[in-house]
Order: sequence, then C-alpha cells, then structure tokens
Amino acid sequence: MRIRCPLCGERDRREYYYQGDALALNRPDADTSDHEWDDYVHNRINPVGQTRDLWQHSGGCGAWLIVSRDTVSHEVFSVELAKARQEGTQ
Amino acid sequence: MMKFSAFRILKEGLPGNKGWTPHWRNPDPKPAYDAIIIGGGGHGLSTAYYLAKNHGFTNIAVLEKGWLGGGNIGRNTTIVRANYFLPGNSEFYSHSLKLWENLEQELNYNAMLSQRGILSLLHSDGQFYTAARRGNSMLIQGDDARLIHRDELREMVPYLDYEQSRFPIKGALFHPRGGTARHDAVAWGYARGADQRGVDLIQNCEVTGIDIENGKVTGVQTTRGTIKAPKVAIVVAGRSSQVAAMAGMRLPIETHVLQAFVTEGLKPIVDHVISFGMGHFYISQSDKGGLVFGGDLDFYASYAQRGNLPTVEEVMRAGMTLMPALGKAKVLRSWGGVMDMSADGSPVIDKTQTKGLFLNCGWCYGGFKAVPASGVATAHLMATGRHHQMADMYRLDRFQTGYRLMDEEASGSQHNLH
Ligand SMILES: Cc1cc2nc3c(=O)[nH]c(=O)nc-3n(C[C@H](O)[C@H](O)[C@H](O)COP(=O)(O)OP(=O)(O)OC[C@H]3O[C@@H](n4cnc5c(N)ncnc54)[C@H](O)[C@@H]3O)c2cc1C
Ligand SMILES: [Zn+2]
Repeated sequence: MRIRCPLCGERDRREYYYQGDALALNRPDADTSDHEWDDYVHNRINPVGQTRDLWQHSGGCGAWLIVSRDTVSHEVFSVELAKARQEGTQ
Repeated sequence: MMKFSAFRILKEGLPGNKGWTPHWRNPDPKPAYDAIIIGGGGHGLSTAYYLAKNHGFTNIAVLEKGWLGGGNIGRNTTIVRANYFLPGNSEFYSHSLKLWENLEQELNYNAMLSQRGILSLLHSDGQFYTAARRGNSMLIQGDDARLIHRDELREMVPYLDYEQSRFPIKGALFHPRGGTARHDAVAWGYARGADQRGVDLIQNCEVTGIDIENGKVTGVQTTRGTIKAPKVAIVVAGRSSQVAAMAGMRLPIETHVLQAFVTEGLKPIVDHVISFGMGHFYISQSDKGGLVFGGDLDFYASYAQRGNLPTVEEVMRAGMTLMPALGKAKVLRSWGGVMDMSADGSPVIDKTQTKGLFLNCGWCYGGFKAVPASGVATAHLMATGRHHQMADMYRLDRFQTGYRLMDEEASGSQHNLH
C-alpha cells in the first residue's frame, strides 16, 4: 500500500503511522453524555469497503492526514491534510 | 456413531481405510430452531456443543457462511496458555486451559494438545520484575509459572542469539502447562460432538439480517431463507461489526489482519513455544516439523485476509535477530486472518439491548485458547440468562462506564495496539 502525502508525494506505507477512524477529529464536548463518549473513544462502524482514517506521515513531514481507502482491496482513494479539514479550508 | 480408538485405527487400516464415514451430517436448514448460533468457527461450534451437552438444547443450528473451520479457527498459530494477569481474564483463561487438558477425552477426538511449555523472553531487570509479578498472579490463580535465568534458559534453548546487541536475552518467564493444539481438529471435534447431539451444522448459509420485533429477536434472514428462533448468538469474530449492525449496534471493535508463516518441515529443533515480545515475534514447531511463527498486526483496519509485505519483512527480521539459524529454512506459506480487535484488547460475552440476542466477540489474536471456556460461558448465558462465573467480567457496558476495562497491555483504547 502506498499513500500520497499532499506535502511530500507518494510514499511507502511504512512511512506512516495509523491512528484509527477519522472520527477522532470530532471530539465531543467534555460534558456530553457517556454514550457519546463511548461512541467517540471505542465504538466503530468498522466498514467492509470504503473507510476514512487518520494517518500521520511520521517518517516524513509529520502531517496528520485523512486517508480514504478500501479495507478489502487496500486501494487508496484520496488523501487530505487533517489540518486543512479542521480549519475548513477544504 | 463412530468412536475413535487405537483399536479402531487398526481395524480401519487393515481394509485400506475404506470404512470411515463423514464426521457430521450436512443438513438443510429447518424453518425454526430453539436457538441459532451465527458463525461456525471455534467459538460458535463450542457454544453449540455445550448448549447441547450442558443444557440439553438439541434443536439448535450453527449457521456458517462458508465452510466449518474456514475462518480464524483454521488460520491461527495454535498457542494455548493461561498467563493472563488481570482479574476477569485470569480466571477465564485458567478455566479454559483446564478444559483443554481434558478436551480429547471429552470429545473423543485427537486435538493434539501438546503442553510443551511457553517461554516469554526477558531482557532487562525491569522486565524481570514485571514478569515476577505476572508469574505470581498466575500462581495465585492456580496455574504454573517460573522465572528462569539465562544459564538455565541456555540449556533449554541453546539456538537463540543471546548476545544480540539490541535485546540481549537475560531469562524468561516459563509457563510449563502452555503449549499448542491442532487448530482444525478442535473445530472438527466440537462439530462432530455437536452433530452427534442433534445440532444442525449448516454451511454455505450467510446471515444477511436479524429479525427483531418489539425489542425481541425472532430469527434471522439468510442466503438459504428465513430461519426463526427466540435466541440468537452472534459469534463471527472478524465480521462482528457487520452482523451486529444488522441489529442496529455499533461495537467497540475494529478489524485488523494478522499474518502467520510456516517453513518447510525440519527435524525437531524448537521444543517449546518461544515468545519474543520485544521483537513482536513468536515461534513454535508443528508436529509435522514446520516452524510456525508470526508477529504483529498489519496495523491498519483491513478485511483482506491476506497480509502486506512490510509486516512480512518485520517478522522475518525479528526472527533472524532472535534465531539466526532461521535464515536457513525456507518459508513455505504465509496467510492472514481478520481479527476482531476490541478497544481494550479483551473479549465480550454478553446479552444485548435486544432480548434473546447474544454477543460473543473481541477475541483479538488470542481467541484460540479461549475456545473451550468461551463455548461453556456463551452456552451458559444463552441457556440460563446469567453470566457464567468465570466469564462474568466480559460485559459490553464496561466501555461506556469505563468500569473494569481489561487492558492487559496498558496500551490505551486504540484498537490496533493490543
Ligand atoms: C494468524 C493468526 C494467528 C493466531 N494465533 C493465535 C494463537 O496462537 N493463540 C490464540 O489463542 N489465538 C490465536 N489467533 C486468534 C484466534 O484464531 C481467533 O481469536 C479465534 O479463532 C476467533 O474465533 P472463531 O474461531 O470463532 O473465529 P472464526 O473461525 O473466524 O469464526 C467465525 C465464523 O463466522 C463466519 N461468519 C462471518 N459472518 C457470517 C455471517 N454473516 N453469516 C454466517 N457466518 C458468518 C465466518 O465465515 C467464520 O467461519 C490467531 C489468529 C490468526 C489470524
Ligand atoms: Zn508528508
């Protein structure tokens, strides 16, 4: 599997650290219900097919990336900077 | 019904082994059962067996989308052990190992249990202290454990590289009753035992929906039609999220690939199971002579049932660090299985919000050793509505309350780090 970092270009999967589902970016408010925290910290859709997850280009520029890919074929559809997504510039 | 014995093998062997018959029937599904188990892996089959044997449920079915034993039960590296530390896990795996020790008599089936002992390697004083603590908790649980220092270890396993610069080997925590078993035989033994007691084992039958009326389960939709039952258990390992979603649930599970490798058959060299935690590597030798080894997950969510090269390289590298002689052996095959990684690394055996619907999942890469106790516990829960004492802490709500999460490796709530 190869992932194209928007800053560095296409690199081997080994340069990246996998964090998990990109829902990690949607941290709930501190006083939200146990149920919502449970969904945020533990519960996952865990799809067969297209998924969005969070990777860090740890062996490169260090940027956090949102990678959209297929969990069966390992095809990578798109990669975007998590920062850009959070700042709403993309 | 055919009973296996040494005499029987002789008797069948003389006329050229032509008298053996299939070990179980291959029935079509009935329209309704008293209970349905989704998933014909180790846990589903043992659950069916103990439902029939311990609780008298004989009008039940196991629904398997492929063939019996085609999932992780037939893909694992067969290590059985009771060296867990945390309350909840400790008593469960201890109970399971005792069931293993009597399994062949119980099933009249050769599961090839081999208690060759497990050596978990240690490299520093700090590791010795934590291993002493783990070993003590194993002893308190009634299992066996012994700290071994370098000289003794060297006599037991002389072929390791003790002087390697990165992780020089200082000793090991020895668990003599741990070992291996024949994975397929465990599935087949339980399948045969369940079938003998009247359980319908239905293959090529994928569950595609779970029928729920007024908060109560009424049956399932399958590729072979609707099947009714007042009790349904989801026991599908790596596919848990998909099947649970059919009942509107989202689980604390992420599915990851774990790979394993086997070499050509060699003369006996590795007499134990050796676990090299620092290198994320473990190895044993099968009775056929193949060196069976593996390492870590591929590290990202995947259903591919095959692995990627980076992990292959990493495992080989760790193997060569530990045991340079390994480089002379030819790898024959590698494969992968899809693991139901739970958020705290421990499993779930519980009821669900839907009445009559039960959940067995989250076995990560350690569910083979759990097969006997998990079957007993899941059957007990389905039949009596109460949690079995030795599996009492495998509750789903621990993730919501945060009370009694069982994170054996203290790695936090990231699914791939357990
Ligand atoms: C490479 C590898 C090495 C391992 N090593 C060890 C080890 O050394 N020791 C250890 O203790 N554990 C080990 N494990 C883990 C262990 O194999 C698993 O935890 C355990 O087998 C999972 O339970 P199971 O046997 O019920 O799963 P499976 O055999 O996977 O059974 C689940 C079944 O459900 C079926 N299914 C899925 N969806 C549906 C559906 N919709 N309808 C009908 N059926 C369905 C599947 O086809 C499958 O047959 C290893 C796993 C792997 C992959
Ligand atoms: Zn980069």
